[in-house]
Amino acid sequence: MPRVIRSASLLGVGLLGVSVLSGCVANNPTSTHTALTVDSSQTECAVSANEAPAGSIRFTVTNSGDQVTEFYLLAEDGLRIVGEAENIGPGLSRDLVVQLAAGNYFTACKPGMTGDGVGKAEFTATESDAAATVDVDLAAQIDTANTNYASYVSDQIDQLVTGTDAFAAAYLAGDDDAARTLYAATRMHWERVETIAESFGDLDPKLDLREADLEEGQNWTGWHAIEKDLWPAEAEADFEAYSAEKRASLTAQLVTDTATLHEKVQGLTFTLSQQTNGAIGLLDEVASGKVTGEEERWSHTDLWDFQANVDGAKVLYAGVRDILLQEDPDLAASLDTEFAALQTLLDAQRVDDGFTYYNDLTTAEIRDLANQVNALGEPLNQLTAALVL
Amino acid sequence: MKRAVKRAVKPAVKPATRAESVDTPTPTHGLSRRGLLGLAGASVAGIGLGVAGDRVALAASTTPETASATAVYPFYGTHQAGIVTPTQDRLHFAAFDVAAGTTRADLIELLQDWTIAAAAMSAGQDIGEYGAVSGPYDAPPEDTGEAQGLPTSGLTITFGFGPTLFETADGVDRFGINSRRPPELTPLPHFPGDDLDPDRSDGDLCIQACSNDPQVAVHAIRNLSRIAFGRAALRWTQLGFGRTSSTSTAQATARNLFGFKDGTANIKAEEPQVVTDQVWVSSADGPEWLAGGSYLVTRRIRMTIETWDRTILREQETVFGRTKGSGAPLSGGTEFSEPDFTLAGRDDQPLISADAHMRLAHPDQNKGTQLLRRGYNFVDGNDALGRLDAGLFFISFQRSPAQFTDIQLNLAKNDALNEYIRHVGSALFAVPAGAATGSYVGAPLFA
Repeated sequence: MPRVIRSASLLGVGLLGVSVLSGCVANNPTSTHTALTVDSSQTECAVSANEAPAGSIRFTVTNSGDQVTEFYLLAEDGLRIVGEAENIGPGLSRDLVVQLAAGNYFTACKPGMTGDGVGKAEFTATESDAAATVDVDLAAQIDTANTNYASYVSDQIDQLVTGTDAFAAAYLAGDDDAARTLYAATRMHWERVETIAESFGDLDPKLDLREADLEEGQNWTGWHAIEKDLWPAEAEADFEAYSAEKRASLTAQLVTDTATLHEKVQGLTFTLSQQTNGAIGLLDEVASGKVTGEEERWSHTDLWDFQANVDGAKVLYAGVRDILLQEDPDLAASLDTEFAALQTLLDAQRVDDGFTYYNDLTTAEIRDLANQVNALGEPLNQLTAALVL
Repeated sequence: MKRAVKRAVKPAVKPATRAESVDTPTPTHGLSRRGLLGLAGASVAGIGLGVAGDRVALAASTTPETASATAVYPFYGTHQAGIVTPTQDRLHFAAFDVAAGTTRADLIELLQDWTIAAAAMSAGQDIGEYGAVSGPYDAPPEDTGEAQGLPTSGLTITFGFGPTLFETADGVDRFGINSRRPPELTPLPHFPGDDLDPDRSDGDLCIQACSNDPQVAVHAIRNLSRIAFGRAALRWTQLGFGRTSSTSTAQATARNLFGFKDGTANIKAEEPQVVTDQVWVSSADGPEWLAGGSYLVTRRIRMTIETWDRTILREQETVFGRTKGSGAPLSGGTEFSEPDFTLAGRDDQPLISADAHMRLAHPDQNKGTQLLRRGYNFVDGNDALGRLDAGLFFISFQRSPAQFTDIQLNLAKNDALNEYIRHVGSALFAVPAGAATGSYVGAPLFA
C-alpha cells in the first residue's frame, strides 16, 4: 500500500549548472570532492574557505545556534538558489553536495528561516579539470516535464473512472465473469499513478486496502474487498459470498471514492522532485508488494499491477530524461538499459491481453523479476539527487 | 508417570548460588531421572560424584578477562534475570509446545529440571552429574559440550508461559491452571499490516537465552530442549545478534539493521521507579502467582532492507525522526536531547514529522506508557526472491500486555516505517517472578 510522496517541499527550481554526484554505490572510496565546513551560528555563517576548485564540493553545515537554520548557495546574482540545506535543527549537521561550474557564487545562512539571512559572503569556484559543464535553460525543460506529467495523471484517472463504472455495473449485475475480466485491466490505471492517488490521505485506504492491513473492527471497502468476493476459491472456509446489498454498497462506495479522486487530481501541479520520487515510489511498490504476490491475494493478477507501476515509472523517467542526459548521461544510459531489461522479462509473461497469474509463475521467474527490480532500483533511486537539490 | 527416583548426590563443587537445603521440594540436587534420560538417553547409575566442568574456573585461568566475557548473573532471585539485566550481545529464543500426554506433574518436573540446568549454566557450569566429557564411557555425555572452555559470558535464561499453556485453542485446560490464568494473557489482537506466520508465532512455553557469546546462548537452548524431549518440543526458535536496545545507562544505544539508533528512550535498570511502574506485575495487579513477574512480547519484524537501502537519506531520517549519524532528534541537540515535537521548519511543518517512528513510539505520545525493549537483529539467510531474510526480533517486557497493544496499534496505523517492515511472527508470554534458591521457576502457579 501507501508510499506517500515525501519531500514535497523540495524545490524544483534553481538548477543553475549544478548536479549532484550520482551513479551506483561507490566502490571506489577515493575522495574526489572538496570538503568544506559551514558554521551557522545566530549571527555568523562561517565557511571554512571562500574558494574551491570547480567540481564536486561538499559543505558540511553545522548549526551552532539555537534556532532552526538553513544554508544557501546562491548564483552570481545573489538571488537564484544553486543549492540549499534546510531544516537543520540546533546542534545538528547536514551535508550539501553540489557540483559547481567555475564562477562566482554567494554563501549565506538563515537562522530562524526568516528575513534576509546572515553572513552572506562571496564564494568562488576556480577553474579546474573537474569542472561541470554549465547548462543553458533547464527551467523551461522542467516546466514542460511537469506539465506533461500533470496531463498524464489526469488522463489515467479519467480512464480509471470510466473503467470503474463499467466494472461496478458488471459486478452489481452479477456478471462476475465480466467483472473479473475488467478488474485487472481497470486497476492498471490506478497503479500507473498510484503514488499520486496515495497522497490523498484516506482515499487510498478506502480504495486499495488489503485485508491484512485492516485494523480490528475496521470496515473493508475498495477494490480488494470486491476481489475476494470475485475470487473466493482461496478464502477462509467460512467465507460467505457477499449479499446483493453488500455488493451494492461496495460498488457505490468505489464509484464515489473514485469520483472524489478524479476531482482532486484536477489542476494538480508537480515539482521535479515529486516526479523523480514518484518514479522511485512506484518501483518500491513493485519491490514490496507486486513481486511478492501480496497485492492481489485472491485474483493473482499481480503482474498487471507490476506492469502498470513500471509504466508509470517509465513515464516519469521519460519526462526528465532529457534533463538527465545533460546532468548525468551515464545514469541515463544505465536507466535505459535496466528499464528495457525489466520490460523484456515482463513481455515474456504476456498472455493474450494480460499476463501470467502470479501463482503460475515459477520460483525462478519470480526471482528473475525481483533481481531486475533491484537492478533498476539502485540507479533509479539516484535520480532525485542527480536532478534536484 | 511414575515419580522419578532422585539421586541424593551432592555436588562436589557447589555453585555459589546454590544453597544446601533439606526442606525444599525435590529435586533440589539434580535433574529428575526423566531429565537425565533426556540428556543421556540411558540410565546413568548413581556412581561417582561431582559436578563436571566448571567453566568459570576454567575460563578464569585461560581466558583474558573482559567484563562481557566474565559477567555472571545469578539465576535465582526476586525477578528472573534477562529482563533488567544489561542487554547482552546475543540471543537464542525458543518457544515450545508441551507434548501430548504430558501431565501436570510432568510439567512441574520439567520446570524443576529446567530450573536446575539453567542455574548451572548461568553459573558457567556444565549440566548433569558428569558434564560434557566424563561419565560412563558407554553412555552419551550429559552436557552437549560446545560451551567447554567458554566463559560465562553473562548468560541469562528467562522462562515464560504462553496463553495456550493455560487453555488450548480447543478450550482444554490440560494442567488444571486455567482458573489462575491472568485475564490479560490472551493472544494479541490483529494489528493492521500483520502478516503472521503461525509457525513462527505463539507457543506454550518460552525460553529466552541471552549471552555475550553466541555459542553460550545456543548451548543453553540446545541442552534445555534436550532435557524437554518427550515433555515439550520446539515450536520455533530465533537467533539474534547485535542487541538493538540498551537497558542500562552504562550501555551505548545500538543500531538496528536500518542503521539507526532506535530505543534511545528505553527503560533503564537505573530507573527503579520506572521499572516498578512499567515492567513488574504487582500483587495488586494480580494474579498473585505472577507478582514480581512481567509480560513478554516477541514480534519477528522483517525489514525490506533492499528497498530501504536505496531510499534517500532525507526520507530515512524523516521516517525515524532522528539523524542517522548521532541519533539526535531532528529537532536538534544530541542523542539524549528531549525531542521538541512542535519545533517547525520550512512551511511550518514540524522537523519531526507527524508519522515519524520516534514521535509515535515516544512516551509523550502514549500517555507516558513505556516498554522495556530488549530486541535483537536477525539475518536468517535469504528468501526465494534473493532478499536477505533480515530484520528485528522485537522483545519487550511490560507490566501489562495493554502497554504493548496500545503503542503497537498506534504504530501499525500511522508509522512511516511501516512501508519498510512486515510483522511476520508474534507471541505473548507471562513471565513469572524469579525462583528462590531450591525452588523452581513458576512454582507459585502450581502451589
